[in-house]
Amino acid sequence: MVDQTIPRRNFLKGAGVAGTAVAATLSSGLAACADGQTPSAAAAKPATPPSEPLLTLTPGEAAFLSAVYDTFIPADQFSPSGTDCGLVVYIDRQLAGAWGQGARFYRMGPFLPGKPEQGYQLPLTPREYFANGIAAANAWSRKTYGTPFDQLSPADRDAALKTMDGGKAEFVDFNSKRFLETLYQSAMEGFFADPIYGGNRDKVSWKMVNYPGLPATYATKAAEYRGKKVNLSPQSIADLN
Amino acid sequence: MVTRLKETDAVVIGIGWTGSILALELAKAGLNVVGLERGAARRPDKDFATPEIRDELTYAVRQKLVQDPAVETFTMRHESGETALPIRRFGAFLPGMGLGGAGTIWNGLTWRFLPFDHQLRSRIEARYGKSAIPVDMTIADWQMSYDELEPFYERFEKLCGTSGKAGNLRGTRIDGGNIFEGPRQSDYPNRPLTQSQAGALFERAAKSLGYHPYPTPASTISAAYTNPEGAVMGACEYCGHCDRFGCAVNAKASPNASVLPILLQDRHFTLRADSFVTQIVYDKASRKATAVRYVDMNTGQEFEQPAGLIALCSYTFSNTRLMLLSGIGTPYDPQTMTGAVGKNYCYQVTAPQHLFFADEEINPFMATGAHAMNIDDFNGDNFDHEGLGFFGGALIFAGPTHGRPIMGRALPPGTPRWGRAWKQATAQWYNHSFSIHASGASYAHRGNYLDLDPTYRDRLGRPLLRMTYNFRDNDRKLSAYVAEKASGLAKAMNPTVMGPAQPRRGDFDVAPYQSTHNTGGTIMGADPKTSVVNRYLQSWDADNLFILGASVFPQNPAHPPTGAVGALAYWAAQAITTRYLKSPGKLVSA
Repeated sequence: MVDQTIPRRNFLKGAGVAGTAVAATLSSGLAACADGQTPSAAAAKPATPPSEPLLTLTPGEAAFLSAVYDTFIPADQFSPSGTDCGLVVYIDRQLAGAWGQGARFYRMGPFLPGKPEQGYQLPLTPREYFANGIAAANAWSRKTYGTPFDQLSPADRDAALKTMDGGKAEFVDFNSKRFLETLYQSAMEGFFADPIYGGNRDKVSWKMVNYPGLPATYATKAAEYRGKKVNLSPQSIADLN
Repeated sequence: MVTRLKETDAVVIGIGWTGSILALELAKAGLNVVGLERGAARRPDKDFATPEIRDELTYAVRQKLVQDPAVETFTMRHESGETALPIRRFGAFLPGMGLGGAGTIWNGLTWRFLPFDHQLRSRIEARYGKSAIPVDMTIADWQMSYDELEPFYERFEKLCGTSGKAGNLRGTRIDGGNIFEGPRQSDYPNRPLTQSQAGALFERAAKSLGYHPYPTPASTISAAYTNPEGAVMGACEYCGHCDRFGCAVNAKASPNASVLPILLQDRHFTLRADSFVTQIVYDKASRKATAVRYVDMNTGQEFEQPAGLIALCSYTFSNTRLMLLSGIGTPYDPQTMTGAVGKNYCYQVTAPQHLFFADEEINPFMATGAHAMNIDDFNGDNFDHEGLGFFGGALIFAGPTHGRPIMGRALPPGTPRWGRAWKQATAQWYNHSFSIHASGASYAHRGNYLDLDPTYRDRLGRPLLRMTYNFRDNDRKLSAYVAEKASGLAKAMNPTVMGPAQPRRGDFDVAPYQSTHNTGGTIMGADPKTSVVNRYLQSWDADNLFILGASVFPQNPAHPPTGAVGALAYWAAQAITTRYLKSPGKLVSA
């Protein structure tokens, strides 16, 4: 069931000692998928950040994000884990770059809490927001579970993220639900964006949903393929450069 | 230190759709025209080239071609008396910035408004009685009928090469087109686009219910085309990268593809990009706009450009803001309902519903931004409003505009947000879903308006524009009604799974994208006390100042606004070149 177009070398690259854990999760996942059960927590191992050098994340931040992304996107027949798809590399580059430093973000005060419908009102750049959010999440995880988030079992990680998603995680001076949204959005961006940004390695998510990517020239195909399945091997920006 | 430049015949502020159209008409009339554009001088061949332009993260998520909120944004509150806070990142709507403006990054939807929309107040009063319109609903008639504007709608469609099918040709109704539209003198310049599978499903269901489906009038055009100005456009590739993107093959009409290739060659026209206008210099005694002040964003130097004629052609918000910053006209006061600048800010009341079809291959990635099938059966006054408690209606339509995977992945209700089950569902449904939408009219309300924010400032230190806006009773009732009609249509398509209908219930939220159809603030009217411009879009306060764009709409109908924005630009241009230039002065006495 593993997509054979993903080279196994890439699949495990960067997983380090977690390689066996990934493989174990994968096989238990396959079994679990067959009967619709959630994966066993037996495969729990601390998340391992990627082996690529990081631009801005600390090792602790990378471990946290790796554990979050692997919970959102576990390895299974559709793709490797979030970390092995490159999501930590993706967010590290984004946070180190213009967006992470506050580009295209109105950052003048005064800063007032406002109504939820008035949108994000903190002075923090995305880089600062991630730093503070990760610290708050780990403090809450220690208080609630006794360990930082990345050392929780997969089942506890999933439960912790669901608590945040439901607005029930009481972070100190930090909105846990909004932080969860930001983490989730970053995972979706990294997983589905063009591979030039470091996530979506080998166009794995595009293959998963059968999105053909580029060059997207369908002037004649629009009629020919209407209502029919399209099987085009996805191409990305790097493929066409 | 302000450097005063040599006087020119005309200055156009903002080079998007209206600014480029008007500048070209003025240049053709022999005027020397300076175009001031606050953003960069983009070029399609350089800035919209593949493969880089097909980058969802940079263009759609990070909004590279959208107005930069770090330079200028808006503040928002729901009611007078609340504290407005800045929209720190754009979400609900995405104004343009740079040569071409929002006309670069639109979807190509090119409707005409209904004849009813042009005479809104008088037609409602005629059918439902003088007292039917609530006091707080400050809707007004347009200052020209559909028939008067018809030749100018046609002219804009020919400029764009719009693809579509007529539904009313000189009074003859034609099945397959929009039979509710006003009479057209000619069919669309190009045949409709190839229909999508979603459109085919919608069309069948709509017909089964006795409705009248028709294809979107699309300025993402179906065949190569040379427009009347001589600009050459390509045929659409159905690439699914329209809104938020520039078009790589010049198949999406835009100022960049359709006007600027000609305008930039005209020796009467001078473009100054990166030139941020701060003020229109106004002489109250002579009631003339005498010059335009702007900052060269590359040097920080401030200039004053005197001109005989000044045209304010920026986006809805910037038009209103510049009038307020320049002290021209009387700001609107919602308490006393006096003043007109900032009045009747309107939006669009949207209601989407996701549908899932296990056995249909939707191929959402083979799409254009203007690729839907639509009905007008519940638009305008095409149905009886007696006893409904609201006026207006919606355009109901279905068809994907793109299949970009970061933003285009709907899942059936109850699907987990992450994990194996989420991945399974994403793989299963990505190619098997699309949405049905209701794009509802937004009628003016006394409490929805624009003024200057007392606290927050832009990068140049000037007050931001403040939006006081919320969905009102009419919006919510309208939304509930049309969402139910859309749901009925959805059911008739027989989907495997239907997501919930999502009529507007809560308060206006700046974060989730809804629509960039922002209108009003410098509205047209017959009375200088209650409007900002006359029927020729000439300022009541300065004869030599014209204001173009959706800021002149007294309210926003359900159809997307750009067709009317383009038509009004040609309408005003004709009044200026054939009447005003011959005899400068008031074109309407009041």
